[in-house]
Amino acid sequence: MAGGADATLLEVRDLVVEFPTRRGVLRALDGISFSIARGEVLGVVGESGAGKSLTGAAIIGLLEPPGRVVGGEIRLDGQRIDNLPQAAMRKVRGKRIGAIFQDPLTTLNPLLSIGRQLVETIRTHLPLSESEARERAISWLEEVGIPAARQRIDAYPHEFSGGMRQRVVIALALCAEPEMVVADEPTTALDVSIQAQIIALMKRLAAEHGTAVMLVTHDMGVIAETCDRVAVMYAGRIAEIGPVREVVKHPSHPYTSGLMASIPALDRKVARLAQIEGAMPRLTTIPRGCAFNPRCPKAMDVCRQEKPGLRPAGATMAACHLYEVENV
Amino acid sequence: MSDAMAADRPVLEAEHVTRVFDVSRPMLARLMAGEKKRMLRAVDDASFAIRRGTTLSLVGESGCGKSTVARMAVGLYAPSAGAMRFEGCELSAARRDAALRRRMNMIFQDPYASLNPRWRVRDIVAEPIRAFRLARGAAVSERVAELLVQVGLSAADGQKYPHEFSGGQRQRVSIARALASEPEFLVCDEPTSALDVSVQAQILNLMKGLQERLGLTYLFISHNLAVVRHMSERLGVMYLGRIVEMGKAEAIFSKPQHPYTRLLLEAIPDLEMVGRARTPVGGEVPSPIAPPPGCAFHPRCPLAREKCRSVRPETARAGEVEVACHAVAEGWG
Repeated sequence: MAGGADATLLEVRDLVVEFPTRRGVLRALDGISFSIARGEVLGVVGESGAGKSLTGAAIIGLLEPPGRVVGGEIRLDGQRIDNLPQAAMRKVRGKRIGAIFQDPLTTLNPLLSIGRQLVETIRTHLPLSESEARERAISWLEEVGIPAARQRIDAYPHEFSGGMRQRVVIALALCAEPEMVVADEPTTALDVSIQAQIIALMKRLAAEHGTAVMLVTHDMGVIAETCDRVAVMYAGRIAEIGPVREVVKHPSHPYTSGLMASIPALDRKVARLAQIEGAMPRLTTIPRGCAFNPRCPKAMDVCRQEKPGLRPAGATMAACHLYEVENV
Repeated sequence: MSDAMAADRPVLEAEHVTRVFDVSRPMLARLMAGEKKRMLRAVDDASFAIRRGTTLSLVGESGCGKSTVARMAVGLYAPSAGAMRFEGCELSAARRDAALRRRMNMIFQDPYASLNPRWRVRDIVAEPIRAFRLARGAAVSERVAELLVQVGLSAADGQKYPHEFSGGQRQRVSIARALASEPEFLVCDEPTSALDVSVQAQILNLMKGLQERLGLTYLFISHNLAVVRHMSERLGVMYLGRIVEMGKAEAIFSKPQHPYTRLLLEAIPDLEMVGRARTPVGGEVPSPIAPPPGCAFHPRCPLAREKCRSVRPETARAGEVEVACHAVAEGWG
């Protein structure tokens, strides 16, 4: 496949991220591979500590030191971006990859009006004059649904409600017209009725502008409604990846099945929720073989010995020895 | 009073409970600026009763007053108006009576903040036992071990400190502590909101199991409607301090009547919604300091008419549930 000829925009291959600590090196991401096509929304779901946010941070080059990429590669439109010098990466971030984080208050500078922040971002990345950039900022605010954008452009972040602030953050992430956006828990701090508005907005904008989106969240409901494909992460690895409908309705990996069954449903009441016993291991105590084996109802001998790689399992790809056995 | 009557009596009863907070600026600053006092009506005329051995859930978005109700239910706040009664006894009086106070307890949202990091788990769980003099000497540690096993930990876990546990295990410790005083009534304020879904399922199953075994009564506060459906017999939906719809949980989920309840149910992302598009309802929750006149929901309500902008709807029976809505009461909903 020649780079650029197909629709693949972002390709992550065998990504390994480690944190050196006093008590040894912790491997937080252990061989992550996936790709995102132009205009596609990929969901990344998992429990706290599974490595989903870290994957997003590695892609936008914002790993917190001492965390570092020690293996694999990240390609944006065929070009490697994981080994770029900081200055070059800063250009990629913002211009080619936008970022939306959970808490809009920490993303926005409280000392600058939202108009100032938008104009600066636009002028850093696009060849526009001050007044052109301001007009562009106003049209972005209108597009993300800020009422009376022309009057409110000089307002400060604290003058907006949580939902409105997150709309401003989305405008800020998209105003340089990036090819891709990494959104890390963009609706987690918001109430449900606001969350639905923000999801609909992100979906519409991604479709209209052909922007690829990597949506990181722990909320399977949000993923189900927003994404085209989903990657389920567990203990620093991708357990399963595939079309969202298949992963939700016909999960292949025992962890995915357990996760789906443990979510209380709105449309029916059960006496008891299915539960996965135990908890996800800490990075210091990842079990040998498949990291899920101590909690897995279907664990076999091989699961305690060998790490399974991603392989076809039904309509999805799953990192599970069950599917190896069946295919042999 | 006969036992039969006591069994029928609600464990907790709120009668037209209102709670107002003074959120004005400091007096000097306020006088200099010539401002009036600003009052926040966090809970406005809420009435409900919880029957023994059942769960009543209150659900709503941030700022709707559900946590304020929870705090009033255990006497951490006194109502500004109306009455809150525990076992038929006015709550402030019940709080002064150690025998009654022992019978209610609370589980909080954040198991990281609600456990003392400097205490061993066995001391955390033993504190209520010692405070209420429920056991002494070796019997205390026996009881602690029993409680830890009851919540799915092991007796040896008592040696550890809270930081040695994961979030879900910590919430189990909170539950063990809440059960230590042998209460019959537990107020649970978002007990699983800080937990991952697979752990949430463990904690919800544990809470339901304990309810069946010990005959506990729960007041369950949550913003997650799916969790609420799983846990409760009765449900109250709150918006800006008022209970806008209240009744059997099944009745509300199968036929939501208040436009806000419908909006909430419609807005929740659901696994069943794979690939389906929806049109979210616009608007945001207004500030509770200056709620809209009439029905507080009218600026966001698709059914709002003139009357909703000026006249406050009273709570009225509508089929199996009680609803505070002009549209439902007058049949244009």
